Amino acid sequence: MRLAVEHVTTYTYDRPVRRVVQSHRLTPTACQNQRVIDWAVTVSDGVRGGSFRDGAGDRIEGWSVKGPVEAIEVRVKGLVETQDMAGVLKGLRESVPAVAWLGETAPTAPDGALRDLAAQGAGGDALSLAHDLAGLVAGAIAWVPGRTDASTSAAEALAQGEGVCQDHAHALIALARLRDLPARYVSGYMFDAGEAGEAAHAWAEIWIEGLGWVGFDPANRCCPDARYIRLGCGMDGAGAAPIRGVARGLATESLQIAVAVAQAQQ
Amino acid sequence: MLSRTAENLYWLARYMERAETAARLLDVGSRIAMLPNSEQGYRNEWEALLRAGGSADAFARRYGDPVQRNIESHLFFDHENPSSVVSSITRARENGRIVRTALTTQVWDALNTAFQEMREMERRPRSAQSLSVLTDWTMRHSALVRGAIDATLLRNDGWDFLNLGYVLERADSTARLLDVKYYVLLPNLSFVGSGLDNYQWRTLLRAMSLHRAFHWAYGGEVTAAKIADFLILNPQTPRGLRPCVQAMTHHLDRLAQAYGAVTPAQEAAQALRDRMEAVTIQGILDEGLHEFLTRFIREVSGVGQKIHESYLGGDL
Amino acid sequence: MSTYFNEMMDRGAVRPPYAQLQGWVDQMPAELRNLKQAEAEALFRRIGITFAVYGEGGDPDRLIPFDMFPRVFAAQEWFRLERGIKQRARALNAFLADVYDRGEIVRAGRIPARLVYLNEAYEKAVAGFRPPKGVYSHIVGIDLVRTGPDEFYVLEDNCRTPSGVSYMLENREIMMRMFPELFASNRIQPVEAYPELLRSTLASVAPANCPGEPNIVILTPGHFNSAYYEHSFLADMMGVELVEGQDLFVEGGQVYMRTTQGPKRVDVIYRRIDDAFLDPLCFRPDSMLGVPGLMDVYRSGGVSICSAPGAGVADDKAVYTYVPEMVRFYLGEEPILQNVPTWQCAKADELTHVLENLGDLVVKEVHGSGGYGMLVGPKSTKAEIEAFRAKIIDAPDNYIAQPTLALSTVPSFVEQGVAPRHVDLRPYCLVGERIELVPGGLTRVALREGSLVVNSSQGGGVKDTWVLAE
Repeated sequence: MRLAVEHVTTYTYDRPVRRVVQSHRLTPTACQNQRVIDWAVTVSDGVRGGSFRDGAGDRIEGWSVKGPVEAIEVRVKGLVETQDMAGVLKGLRESVPAVAWLGETAPTAPDGALRDLAAQGAGGDALSLAHDLAGLVAGAIAWVPGRTDASTSAAEALAQGEGVCQDHAHALIALARLRDLPARYVSGYMFDAGEAGEAAHAWAEIWIEGLGWVGFDPANRCCPDARYIRLGCGMDGAGAAPIRGVARGLATESLQIAVAVAQAQQ
Repeated sequence: MLSRTAENLYWLARYMERAETAARLLDVGSRIAMLPNSEQGYRNEWEALLRAGGSADAFARRYGDPVQRNIESHLFFDHENPSSVVSSITRARENGRIVRTALTTQVWDALNTAFQEMREMERRPRSAQSLSVLTDWTMRHSALVRGAIDATLLRNDGWDFLNLGYVLERADSTARLLDVKYYVLLPNLSFVGSGLDNYQWRTLLRAMSLHRAFHWAYGGEVTAAKIADFLILNPQTPRGLRPCVQAMTHHLDRLAQAYGAVTPAQEAAQALRDRMEAVTIQGILDEGLHEFLTRFIREVSGVGQKIHESYLGGDL
Repeated sequence: MSTYFNEMMDRGAVRPPYAQLQGWVDQMPAELRNLKQAEAEALFRRIGITFAVYGEGGDPDRLIPFDMFPRVFAAQEWFRLERGIKQRARALNAFLADVYDRGEIVRAGRIPARLVYLNEAYEKAVAGFRPPKGVYSHIVGIDLVRTGPDEFYVLEDNCRTPSGVSYMLENREIMMRMFPELFASNRIQPVEAYPELLRSTLASVAPANCPGEPNIVILTPGHFNSAYYEHSFLADMMGVELVEGQDLFVEGGQVYMRTTQGPKRVDVIYRRIDDAFLDPLCFRPDSMLGVPGLMDVYRSGGVSICSAPGAGVADDKAVYTYVPEMVRFYLGEEPILQNVPTWQCAKADELTHVLENLGDLVVKEVHGSGGYGMLVGPKSTKAEIEAFRAKIIDAPDNYIAQPTLALSTVPSFVEQGVAPRHVDLRPYCLVGERIELVPGGLTRVALREGSLVVNSSQGGGVKDTWVLAE
């Protein structure tokens, strides 16, 4: 599938800021599941910094804006050819061993309810266990936008039984790690033929010995296919954030995000 | 040099000068308080002094009654008053500690000794320390630090930033003292030229350790015009405004030369100096002394702002 | 007490390295000694070398006690130590280069994968990145204790930012000023080259794209930090700037410092702040001490950071057990310096042993430092032991235990005259293009009678450490 992405993030400040520094994870992962035809990231008034592939294989790029400025626009525009690989991530070179993704972070820390849920996962081999866990998460947390925010933990989302893709991913990661399966948070885009849903998307990857990393998207009760574009991963949502930034100055920041993913004409 | 190092040196000097100003205010105040009461009592005079130091409101909230002992506490011992002697010396020493390696052992010793002795004084009973002991102590240590700087520091950019701190703070405080005297201290215009007025003028000179120098330079009767000339325009007056402005441009010019670049700081200082060279005492009195001083204080602060933007902030 | 090895007196005879000191101390009347002690203290106070202890409050300008009686090594003794220290520093660096690359030692089953990769100090962020010259830990501080003429044990390794080297240099400076005659009559090898060597070590790991002479800086958390004196001392001795995070910024893949003449490029950062605070964009987002974007510049090769972020995984107290294995695995050599036998409370059978023998053991927190959170069994009351037992049972993974070592003693000046006191040693090994070790180190001494805890936060002092020329 050929997908066209347009993703604009606008930061506005109530008073001028200086020395804005950002770290981007905004380039599609170099793997067999997707091929970049055209991709460009620009930052208004920005200077491009160092660029490299990190230990998990993600492309990271630094940016800075000297300022003073009152608004910054990060614009991503590109075209990607994707393939359905049944959720299996193929051909990504990485240096972090799978076992390192068993650790715990605050948003994915287990509580009693998560432990109970994890224990319900049956399944003979690791793959069917992972599918089981994904199903349990989808059943336990209904997709309801606006009830959680960026700081909501897996335990909190499970307790209220509602959340969005970030909460599904966190919960699944927590369950997988409880069952000793390495797991990580993936951020990216998703093309949805219907009008609803989030074009900026997040899901989880679980390490299946012998198969490698396999994606699971409890929010959509499926594994990532040709509709998905993968940008990068981390221990949790904060770790996989496409943009991280900080500005010098005492201004209050407000954020506006517009993402459109469309199927391109061939 | 790191911008922050320059900033620490600059503030080290400003705080040392500020400590001295606080001590001088204390001295002026205590002498004025020895006068027979004017109609309003001496409360007004103390308040005026506090206003010169910019802390009248804070004082009223914290102490209420402006009696001598409270004023002493406020101007000398109060850690919450950012302009008190202990606050200023503590901050000067802290700035010095941060840039310890940019100072000589002698400068650090002088600074650190002042700080350690001051902590001793804070522990001693207040009744054992008269006001004149406190003010003399401050003057002595401020002179020791200044002397160590003059005698031992390399004449590099750090030296210029220290001196800029001293002269900016000094220009500001002399202008404020003069303004207070003229504009606030006198209860009403009928006192101008009266015996009370002269006494107050002399007290002011004394507080700046300038009363003898004034008589050598001008002789005869003390008049407002003579004093204004002495403190504003006379190029020989150590704490006078004109020498401060001259020193400002001198040190900024040295920086421009060493760095091979002129910045808005030089331009602002140059403009201020040009105005000071052109003005006459009659012109000042015609404009109004208070108006002149208000403008001067604002312009000095403007130069400080430019120094910050050009050198200390590191955001070039 | 007779079971402790006294480094000066062996079976009633003075050991050769201390021969000259016997006469020196015999001829020093008590008044002169007191006078000298006061002089030393005044000198320390004057140069401003003080030590503030974390979390203890009190006087931040407190002096660390200096004991004038030096500790002496013969050339032959040092020769062996030096080989052992350098060997260990090489192995630790080889380990770090390996675990951030292919992890051969893990694949070979010589160290458990989880111990390495789930370690708090393992940084995913730098996996796959090879720092210049492949060096991760540029200053390796190895804490050693001695139990006999030829028996040395490594107590722990410090691969991140070992502190205390300023004491090594200042102690020597003060001894030379106060007792020049000792230096005339003993052939004591100088340590003063350390700052120069540190500087060239740091310069040797400048990024490949660095044009000309690298600009080196020391990054300090700030003047409230207890080691600030050391940071400013080293910066001064090396002739480099001492910067805080706010003095630096990144742009265009480089790091710059803010100067009065505009931005100046920085090539090598000797950082004295922890990984977690280096860069709010990569590690703790609430860090005010670091430089936003620094890690992006580092990983794209624009700046060198010493020690490399992630180096801490080699000096973890649980990983420590495997260092002799690292020496064998990477260098194909037998370790010259021995580890202290260590029980890991994380392992069930070893935990049982520890709990049964708490009264004889020293128990430490795996991630602790500075002598806090530690139990010295033989010196503790029943109640203290029981309280600690509860802590261990609560979180066994957090603790390791070691036998109480019979730490050697060196004569020290005490109120009554001269008496033996327990000591340890921290030499500072520099690793860059070459491996360097100045002949000396920091000797810490437990000044309280009978005490085995040498940490300055627990009543320890310092001594000048001499290595004699052949």
